[in-house]
Amino acid sequence: MAEFHEISPNAPAGEKLLNWIDNRFPLSKLFKEHMSEYYAPKNFNIWYVFGVLSLLVLVIQIVTGIFLAMHYKPDAALAFGSVEYIMRDVPWGWLIRYMHSTGASAFFAVVYLHMYRGLLYGSYRKPRELTWIFGCAIFLALMAEAFMGYLLPWGQMSYWGAQVIVNLFSAIPFIGPDLALLIRGDFVVGDATLNRFFSFHVIAVPLVLLGLVVAHIIALHEVGSNNPDGIEIKATKGANGIPLDGIPFHPYYSVHDMFAVCVFLMVFTAIIFFAPEMGGYFLEYNNFIPANPFQTPLHIAPVWYFTPFYTLLRAVTSEMMYALIACVVVGAVLAVARGKMPSLFKGLIVGGALVVVAMMLSIDAKFWGVVSMGGGVVILFFLPWLDNCAVKSIRYRPSWHKYLYAIFVINFLVLGYLGTQPPSAIGGRVSQAGTLFYFGFFILMPWWSRLGTPKPVPDRVTFSAH
Amino acid sequence: MKTIGFTQKCILGLMLALGLAAGAQANIGGPAWDKAPSRTNDMAALQNGAKLFVNYCLNCHSAAFMRFNRLQDIGLTEEQIKSNLLVTNSKIGDTMRSAIDPQQAKAWFGVNPPDLTVIARSRAGAGGTGADYLYTYMRSFYKDEARPTGWNNLVFPNVAMPHVLWQLQGERRPVFEELKAHDEVVHVFKGWEQLSPGSMTTQQYDQAAGDLVNYLQWMAEPIQNTRVRVGVWVLLFLGVLTLFAWRLNAAYWKDVK
Repeated sequence: MAEFHEISPNAPAGEKLLNWIDNRFPLSKLFKEHMSEYYAPKNFNIWYVFGVLSLLVLVIQIVTGIFLAMHYKPDAALAFGSVEYIMRDVPWGWLIRYMHSTGASAFFAVVYLHMYRGLLYGSYRKPRELTWIFGCAIFLALMAEAFMGYLLPWGQMSYWGAQVIVNLFSAIPFIGPDLALLIRGDFVVGDATLNRFFSFHVIAVPLVLLGLVVAHIIALHEVGSNNPDGIEIKATKGANGIPLDGIPFHPYYSVHDMFAVCVFLMVFTAIIFFAPEMGGYFLEYNNFIPANPFQTPLHIAPVWYFTPFYTLLRAVTSEMMYALIACVVVGAVLAVARGKMPSLFKGLIVGGALVVVAMMLSIDAKFWGVVSMGGGVVILFFLPWLDNCAVKSIRYRPSWHKYLYAIFVINFLVLGYLGTQPPSAIGGRVSQAGTLFYFGFFILMPWWSRLGTPKPVPDRVTFSAH
Repeated sequence: MKTIGFTQKCILGLMLALGLAAGAQANIGGPAWDKAPSRTNDMAALQNGAKLFVNYCLNCHSAAFMRFNRLQDIGLTEEQIKSNLLVTNSKIGDTMRSAIDPQQAKAWFGVNPPDLTVIARSRAGAGGTGADYLYTYMRSFYKDEARPTGWNNLVFPNVAMPHVLWQLQGERRPVFEELKAHDEVVHVFKGWEQLSPGSMTTQQYDQAAGDLVNYLQWMAEPIQNTRVRVGVWVLLFLGVLTLFAWRLNAAYWKDVK
């Protein structure tokens, strides 16, 4: 507890006010800890702007969302019309709506880039595991938020997208059908579903999201930011106890981020004003047709940001199950033959593999598709313990790691592209190969990340004055 | 520096992949859509389109989210709207309801005629914009005695809607060419043959259909031209702001060694 601090009665009014507050609320202390005396590595590059941009988009979504909720009607009979009412009759409603719909896509764009930055520079490695895990939880919450928000305009894609995804839950053995019923609140997606999704979208998930964002930032500021060299700047401190390679977040990174925010806003507003539909990727054409439970669209595609995971789902067919079973068997055999562990563990692995294979043979492939889609997200949580490379940053990893990461990106984009397309024979095979690569990349990471000789890591960050 | 090279490679790869994705979107089935004329800034064309829309479309279709007084945006006065375009017992602030009873429509056509407010936005696809589709659709009706209405459409086979503008266009018949490809006979659409003349020449009809579709395009988003106008100013403002932010950033960072 801080001591009560008296100030000279002749001090300027501003100082007196600040002193009055500081005696009651740690305003100056918080500002110092998180801004003016939060020392960030001075070698941040462009990859480091996407965190603050995510925060900006979150604020945009919350503020525009508040105004949309004033005019939107969460009622199956009125929802579609109320969105058009916002677009036509509410003053500047069109702008608020386009900001929100473009914001949803922008959110995923910056979050994907932010996560990939973590992957490139090993930002999830010790001691930043919890920062990473909170971040993954934010991503998960964001997906739930976007999915439920997409139902609200009550167009054909809103309706059938929700129908398809909620039906997936019914593939879960035993509890599935009841779970799907609980989510929908009805036997088909309907008014009850719209009402509960609205409730979750405007209050439940945003609350969780905000809490997680706060936890994410607290955890980050506790350990300090990583940097493109993957070096701990706290390891080399000056006589004053300040990291030699650190600079105060404010003003250096606040002005830096202001510049980034301006550039981002140029792109963001260019889309809002000149291409709000973004060629059918941000606002799908079919969603301008009101929801019709009696007419299934020929091709149901989720919005672009879900498509990589949607492909992971679609790739798991009953044929694909044999490939997956083979993977489990090979994995168990290798673990038993090559692993150095007590025979009890080996027995457990064999037993576990047998149980998994039995389940894979007996439960419908549709369920394993759901597992694949969910697993694609959940596996990210384990990244801190999957990566065994001696160095954090891609800069000092063996050169072939770079190509592997490049292939990972291309594979992710291909998975995303295939998710927007109607199913096809060739596309199906490519998505199955892509799915195996996606999971192989992570599951085999403990093995491949150890291979090769890393380059020497310098003691201090690489930085050339601007 | 090597790392920068890698980042650039990543960005290049990304752009390449996105480019391929855009290129791979091909049109599936049906004749290619004609490019609709874009005249949403042309008040005379929009007013002509509005007239055609109210006279021909609004009998069966509604535009349930479009208010009559919004037509002031295309240069009509309230008086003009009231005396020329308002359908019976509608008020100027009302939305455009159809004259037909939905249950009768269902009985007559088998389906309820869809609402047309945002039809131009919903019909876009790989083949072109929604306006392109509608422009092609309005010009692809042909006489087909096998259909209950006596009309069929080349881009929307077995459509429930009869050719409402037939008096303007007259009757036509599509001409196909038989081609043999891989031992299969395919019929390739070659063009139209006029069977009986309408009150308009082909050129006049295309012009009228263009105006109508142009109106539908405008009605789907009446704010669209304002949106672009505002956007230019917003971008100019942000451009200047970015310039300042860039110099501010440089001023602070020049001391960081």
